[in-house]
Amino acid sequence: MSVVPVELAPPGPLPASTQLNAQGRLRHFLTIEGLSRELLTEILDTAESFAGSAQGSLVKKVPLLRGKTIVNLFFEASTRTRTTFELAAKRMSADVMNFNINTASTTKGETLLDTLRTLEAMYTDMFIVRHNESGAAQFIAHHVAPHVSVINAGDGRHAHPTQAMLDMFTIRRHKQEFGKLRVAIVGDIMHSRVARSQIHALNTLGTGEIRVIGPQTLIPTDIEQLGVHVYQDMQHGLRDVDVIIMLRLQKERMQGALLPSEHEYYHLYGLNSERLALARNDAIVMHPGPINRGVEISSDVADSPRSLILQQVTYGLAIRMAVMSLTLGSTQSAEKET
Amino acid sequence: MNLLIKGGRIIDPENNIDRIDDLFVRDGLIATTGQAPDGFQADHILDAHDHIVMPGIVDMATRLREPGQEHKATIATETRAAAAAGITSLCCLPDTDPVVDTPAAVRLIQQRAESAGFCHVYVIGALTNALDGARLSEMAALKEAGCIGVSNVLQPMASTLVMRRAMEYAASQDLPVFLHPMDHGLADGGCAHEGTVATRLGLPAIPGAAETAAVGQLLALTEQTGARVHFCRLSTARAVNMITRARYEGLPVSADVCAHQLFLTEMDIADFNSLCHTLPPLRSQRDLDGLRHGVTHGGIDALCSDHQPHEADAKRAPFQATEPGISALETLLGLSLRLVAEDVLSLSAAINMLTSAPARVLGIDAGSLSPGRPADICIIDPDKHWQLTAATLLSSGKNTPFSGWEFNGRVSHTLVNGCIVYQATDI
Repeated sequence: MSVVPVELAPPGPLPASTQLNAQGRLRHFLTIEGLSRELLTEILDTAESFAGSAQGSLVKKVPLLRGKTIVNLFFEASTRTRTTFELAAKRMSADVMNFNINTASTTKGETLLDTLRTLEAMYTDMFIVRHNESGAAQFIAHHVAPHVSVINAGDGRHAHPTQAMLDMFTIRRHKQEFGKLRVAIVGDIMHSRVARSQIHALNTLGTGEIRVIGPQTLIPTDIEQLGVHVYQDMQHGLRDVDVIIMLRLQKERMQGALLPSEHEYYHLYGLNSERLALARNDAIVMHPGPINRGVEISSDVADSPRSLILQQVTYGLAIRMAVMSLTLGSTQSAEKET
Repeated sequence: MNLLIKGGRIIDPENNIDRIDDLFVRDGLIATTGQAPDGFQADHILDAHDHIVMPGIVDMATRLREPGQEHKATIATETRAAAAAGITSLCCLPDTDPVVDTPAAVRLIQQRAESAGFCHVYVIGALTNALDGARLSEMAALKEAGCIGVSNVLQPMASTLVMRRAMEYAASQDLPVFLHPMDHGLADGGCAHEGTVATRLGLPAIPGAAETAAVGQLLALTEQTGARVHFCRLSTARAVNMITRARYEGLPVSADVCAHQLFLTEMDIADFNSLCHTLPPLRSQRDLDGLRHGVTHGGIDALCSDHQPHEADAKRAPFQATEPGISALETLLGLSLRLVAEDVLSLSAAINMLTSAPARVLGIDAGSLSPGRPADICIIDPDKHWQLTAATLLSSGKNTPFSGWEFNGRVSHTLVNGCIVYQATDI
C-alpha cells in the first residue's frame, strides 16, 4: 500500500510573524494584535500625510501604486468598506478588480483556495478580503504566493483592522494623547470584529481606560482579559469618558434571545443627549456606520458637532491608502508626491 | 502453534500482575505465565527482555470512516494503524454514511475488518434511525448483528422525551447506551471553548454549560430509566465532578476521556490552528486539570483515542469551516505514557485505563492476560524515544496537532489471537 505523505500546514504562525516581513515591515495587514505601537503610529502618520491638513483636502491622485493590481475579494456583502478601499487604491493609481463571491457556493476551503489561485494567476499584488468566518484573512495570507499581500477588510467576528485604525486616526486628530483618555465602546461587542480590533489598537496605543458597555448577552465571556472594564449600566459606563464609540446593532439581533426589542435596547443603551451629558464636556461620538437612528443613537446626537461619524468615513480613505502603500512597500513619503 | 514471550515485564492490571516473567500462548489463547504448561514446546520465541508485555489496548472510540467516507480513511488503513499503535480491539461509532442503523451495515464493517485482519472491531449502532434523534433504531436487530451498544454520537435528540424512550428501549434490550453529552441549543453551532481564546479570535463558542447541562439531564434520565449509561469524551471539570458524585450516590454510570483532552487546551488553537478544532472543543486549563484529577482519582474509567482521520482538505479552510477531530490512534499510547511520566497515573493504572477498564465498559472479552483469553498482546519498548511526524502516521488521516512532540515508549509487537499483526521495523 502506498501512502502519499501529506504534511498539513504547521500550527498557524503567530500574527506578528505572519504580518511582518524580515525587516519588520508590514507584509499583510490582518489584525492589530501583535503589531507594535511604532507601527500603528507609522500608519497614522502616513495617513496624516494623505489626509492633508483639513477635511476635504485629501490628496487627489498619486502614482504610488501604479502598475499594481489590487483585488477586492468580498465573500460578504459590503458597499461602504469596499468602495473606500477601491477609491483609496485608485487614488494611488492601482488597477482594481472587484469580486463579490456568494459564500453559499464556497463553503469548502478547497473552493476558497481555488478562487485564490485563479485570481493570483492574474498577477494580483494584493487581496483585500472580507469573509464571514473568523480567521479567513489569516488563512488566505498563509496560502497566497510570497509576493501577494493580504489586507483584512473584516473576518467574521475576529478583526477589522483598517476600521479600528481609522477610529484611532479620528481620536488622535480630535483628542491627541491616548494615555489621558477614557474610551467607551457601546453595544454588541459579542458579534463585533470592529470592537475587538478597536480594543487591541487602543491598548497598544496606551489608552488610559477602555470600557465596554452592553447587556451581558452581547458581551463575550472573559472580554476583561483583553484589557477592558465591563459596564452593563450605560449611566455608569459613560461617566467622564472622552470618547464614545457606538456600535451598530444588526437588525436580526434585535428580537429573539439576545435582546427583547429595539425599543428596550434604545431605552437602556441608546445614546441621547442626556446620556451624552454624563461624559466629559468635550467628549466625541463615533460610530463605524451605518447608523440606526433611534436604535443606538438619537438623531440630535448623531447630527451634533460632537459626532464625528462623517469625518470617520473620510479618514477611512486616508487610512486605507496608508495601509495599502505601507504594505506594498511604497514607503516613500506621500508628501513629496502631492 | 505455541508461542513463548520471554523475559518481559508482564503488566496485567486485571489480574494484579506486574512482574518479570514468561508468557505462554497456545493456539491463539493465553496459556499461562511463569511455568511452561505441561508438554509446551515453543514453535516461536519472542524475546521481551527490557520490554513491557501488556494486554492489547482497547480503544473505545475510533472512526473508521467506512462505509461512505473512504476518501478520509478505510477500515483496512485504520485497523492497520491501530495495530501499529498496540490496539487489538477497537470500537467504531455509527456516524458513517450510511449510518450504522441496520444489521447490513454492521456486517459490512465486521466483514471488512475481518478481511483486513489487523484487530478486533466492535460496532456501536445508532440509537435512532439515521441518527435523526426522533425514531428509535431497531436495537434488537442491531444487537443480534453484533452491536455492543447504541449511541447517537454528536447528533441531537429531537426531545428529552425521545431520549428517555430510547434509553428505556435500550435498557429493555440490555444494550448499553453511549452518550456524548452536549446540549446542542447551548452549543449553538460553536467551534471553540467559550473563554479567552474564542473571545479574542471571535470564534462562535460552546460554553462549558453545554456539557454540564446535558450531563445533568442525562443523569436524571439514567436514574429514571435504569439504562446502562456510559458518558463519552468528557471535556469539562464540572462534568467529571457531577458524574463522580452520581457514582458516589450509587448510580452505575461510567465515563471516558480522550487522551488529547488531557494535553491540549483552548490556548493550543493559538492562531486558528485547525488541527486543534475538536468537538467537544479543547477547554480551559482548569478543565484539563479537572479531567486529569478525574483520571487519577477514578471519576473517569477509561482513556480513548477519539480517532477521527480526515483528508488534508478537511482541515484546510478558515477554522470554523474545517471539520472537527484529530487523527489520534497513534498518539494514544504515547500520550498515556506521558501521563505516567507526569505522575498523573501509575504505569499499571494507565495500562488498566487502556485495556481492562474500557473492555469492561464495552462488555467485551478483552483487556487482560487471563488464561484462556484470546492472546491479544501489546509489547512495548518503554525506553524507546521517538518524535512524531504527521507524514509518517500510518493512518490515512495526518491531522494531528502533536507533530514534533517527543514521546518515550513505543510498540514493538502487537499480537491478535496469538498472531503478530505488527512488528516495529527499527527495533
